[in-house]
Amino acid sequence: MTMKTLGSVLLTAILAVLILAPADLTGLGLPWGGFRRSDIDVLTLWLITAIAAMGVNLIVGYAGQETLAQAAFLGIGAYLTALMTKAGYPFVAAFLASGLLSFVVGILLGFPALRVQKHYLAFVTLAFTVFAWLVFRNEEWLTGGVTGIQNIPRPTLFGFRSKPALVYYWFALAMTVALALVMAWILRSPWGRAFTALRENAIRAESLGVDVRTYTLLAFAIGSAYGGLAGALYAPFVEFIDPSPFALGPSLLFLLMVVVGGMGTQAGPFIGAAVAVLLQNRLEILQSSNPAFAHLSYLLVYAILVMVLMAFCPTGIVGLWQRITAPRRRPHADDKGPILGQVKS
Amino acid sequence: MTTADTGATVLKVQNIAKSFGGVHAVRDVSFEVRAGEILGLIGPNGSGKTTLFNCILGQLEPTRGKVLVGDSDVTGLRPSQLNRLGVGRTFQLLQVFPQLTVTENLILAGQEHKGSRLSRLFGAGDAGLTADAARMVEFFRLGHLAHEKAGGLSYGQQKLLDCAMAFMAGPRLVLLDEPAGGVNLSMLANLKERLQAINRETGATFVVIEHNMEFVMSLCTRIIVLAEGAIIAQGSPETVRRDPKVIEAYLGH
Repeated sequence: MTMKTLGSVLLTAILAVLILAPADLTGLGLPWGGFRRSDIDVLTLWLITAIAAMGVNLIVGYAGQETLAQAAFLGIGAYLTALMTKAGYPFVAAFLASGLLSFVVGILLGFPALRVQKHYLAFVTLAFTVFAWLVFRNEEWLTGGVTGIQNIPRPTLFGFRSKPALVYYWFALAMTVALALVMAWILRSPWGRAFTALRENAIRAESLGVDVRTYTLLAFAIGSAYGGLAGALYAPFVEFIDPSPFALGPSLLFLLMVVVGGMGTQAGPFIGAAVAVLLQNRLEILQSSNPAFAHLSYLLVYAILVMVLMAFCPTGIVGLWQRITAPRRRPHADDKGPILGQVKS
Repeated sequence: MTTADTGATVLKVQNIAKSFGGVHAVRDVSFEVRAGEILGLIGPNGSGKTTLFNCILGQLEPTRGKVLVGDSDVTGLRPSQLNRLGVGRTFQLLQVFPQLTVTENLILAGQEHKGSRLSRLFGAGDAGLTADAARMVEFFRLGHLAHEKAGGLSYGQQKLLDCAMAFMAGPRLVLLDEPAGGVNLSMLANLKERLQAINRETGATFVVIEHNMEFVMSLCTRIIVLAEGAIIAQGSPETVRRDPKVIEAYLGH
């Protein structure tokens, strides 16, 4: 109970900092000027990335499947939102349609998972990403091809124009919190338990009445929908999209983020996305300000970091944290317990 | 020994055969199981017991033959569908969910039997099964371990949990594949006693594959002996024990 209270206090505090820290508080008489616009945009990108990573975490970390297709769903959401909002539909409609379309396509992507497992499944989803990317790049009549789609409007919500970076950041933060709550709800429900059972032992789960097929498809559908919703937030954020962020490379990075953060934990995607987005941003700043680092590759640093982390802590940063803070104990039988419950003496 | 045998047929296996390429693992096996009965299925290694189980339970598709539960043909149904019709099972090798707690393992074993799938998303996180899980934990005397992760339990404790999970949804028929395998003597007596108690109290029917002769002879009311994929003898434990064909094929002395 106390751990739970401590957890919610900590979460509330983090949320308060996330809401207030980027804002200029001098108007309230506080000596805090807020973040620069570029730094606010980095935070927004972190939130959007984390939403997509939450989806990967559901598919890979909880349901035990594989996906290298999240960037493709990000693309589906981004292109659909760009096209719809430019055609005059309200953002809310585009946002929901992006989630729905990704949900449906996610079900289709889930079907191979009923036949193939592990790295074979990864290959299938990889092929889907390449296919989606080719559509984004080649179907110029729809997607604008390599020149992409420009001037994607930022939405006006409840009378607030989200054009300023800070307003859009707050909007993205609200959506992230809402989607994280929905995810937490799903994971706490019997569905979440069924997803975990799928990961740990699908044959046993099936023998206990768990419809493995339906739950596998649901995991893909919901996880992919998170990718689509992240894409719907991404398009108005960058205001210009082309096929490059939706290629295979970024899909791999989404998977890596979840691994680095901690698979199958709710904080994992946020931490993994933070490492990926912030590390890249900080290194870019370092490179531009100091010529000595000009040739330092972000991917090189990231790759080394990932390798070191995986060698010493395969459960990711959350796992590392749990290992440091866990009380040292082993479950053992009650000495006075009945004979059936006793451990071997 | 008394059982809850009431005479009605719960499971009917008709001419089941299963081949893997040229290997005939099960050849034309037919038998019936009456409600409340505890039927033992024995035979040497490789005699087709587990293959037969897997054909009955939808894990494998039989090459030929039919399986009826009650009056309905269940041949070709998926294991999850069969389970929701009230047929439970355990596996030869231990099968619990190590990252879930004992209680969560039990709730999982019951949740798909409650309500619709949508109600399981929007309803209570435990699908209203916490009390049932607590009763089951007490019944199998695992109470002090209820909130431990299943992966941290000893082998014998996990074996009990495995059994408890098979009973969580109140099945009318349970197929147990070597429940006594790797379980120590004092625990074995208690496992047997628990199984008999469930049989008496709920009238659940059991089919048990077992290599431990003492265990199977004292638990079961009727025994079927398989050798090379076919039934070579059946009857009461005493009859089977004395059958020369069984002695030749299986007991081997």
